[in-house]
Amino acid sequence: MPVLARVIEAAGIPTVTVTMMPELAEKYRTSRILGVEFPFGHSFGVVGDADMQTRTLRAALDLLATATEPETRVDLDTVWPGDPKQAYKDWQPSEPSPIVTHNLEAIRRARREAASRD
Amino acid sequence: MTVDSYAFLPRAFRPMYEAAPRFDHAPEWAEFDMPLADARIGLLSSAGVFLADEQQPFDVERERREPTWGDPTLRIIPNDVVQSQVDATHLHINTADLLTDLDVALPIQRLDELVNRGEVGSASPEHFSVMGFQQDGAEVWRTTTGPEIAARCHAVDIDALILAPA
Repeated sequence: MPVLARVIEAAGIPTVTVTMMPELAEKYRTSRILGVEFPFGHSFGVVGDADMQTRTLRAALDLLATATEPETRVDLDTVWPGDPKQAYKDWQPSEPSPIVTHNLEAIRRARREAASRD
Repeated sequence: MTVDSYAFLPRAFRPMYEAAPRFDHAPEWAEFDMPLADARIGLLSSAGVFLADEQQPFDVERERREPTWGDPTLRIIPNDVVQSQVDATHLHINTADLLTDLDVALPIQRLDELVNRGEVGSASPEHFSVMGFQQDGAEVWRTTTGPEIAARCHAVDIDALILAPA
């Protein structure tokens, strides 16, 4: 997504990036960053919680209106409600993504090859 | 509070992101120099949303065959979309909640409410959806999808875009 933010901003359209990983957005030198400590897939808040979603959207718009220089980061002061361990489980897909499976297989293969050399 | 970028990330992924270098490119910057109450705002999500009866799903079958590839194409989501039109394909997140309430990822209803209260000038007639896993496809985002989104933003007079990586 930082790639898209850069291209769109370079075309003259101001952007705000609402992200669970503001540290990564900073590394990409993203223009305006709103950090949210929410589970992935839930950038604006809890399902059915209109007030929470509005607070997040309003914070993004406030950042748009007030930032005066690139790489401005603001973190939303909202704690995800409920059990964080359950939220951690709930956002993840029912089966590992192909790249995770692919990378795990590569790691296991490397370990087997290393073990066979010993 | 300071957001912990790794709070919800699987621990095995953390070293990869922590080790990612800071880019030495200059930041891009477009000035936003108008009142929000006059501005037209658009939204972009990478949650893999598409219109069930009108658009092709993102190609997750190819991703299953080619794990380093993610579908880099664009879907346009109209501002008058209703929840029953929404579907999503994404192999990296559980999409159940956004299939119940799209606004968790693409807050079109919340934006409309702010427009109705006079806090925002108008909502774009169209918003943007991509599928956020990009490795080999990131170059297509840079050369094709990004410019396509920017051109459509200009075509519908969007003054600013809110991006929400899923």
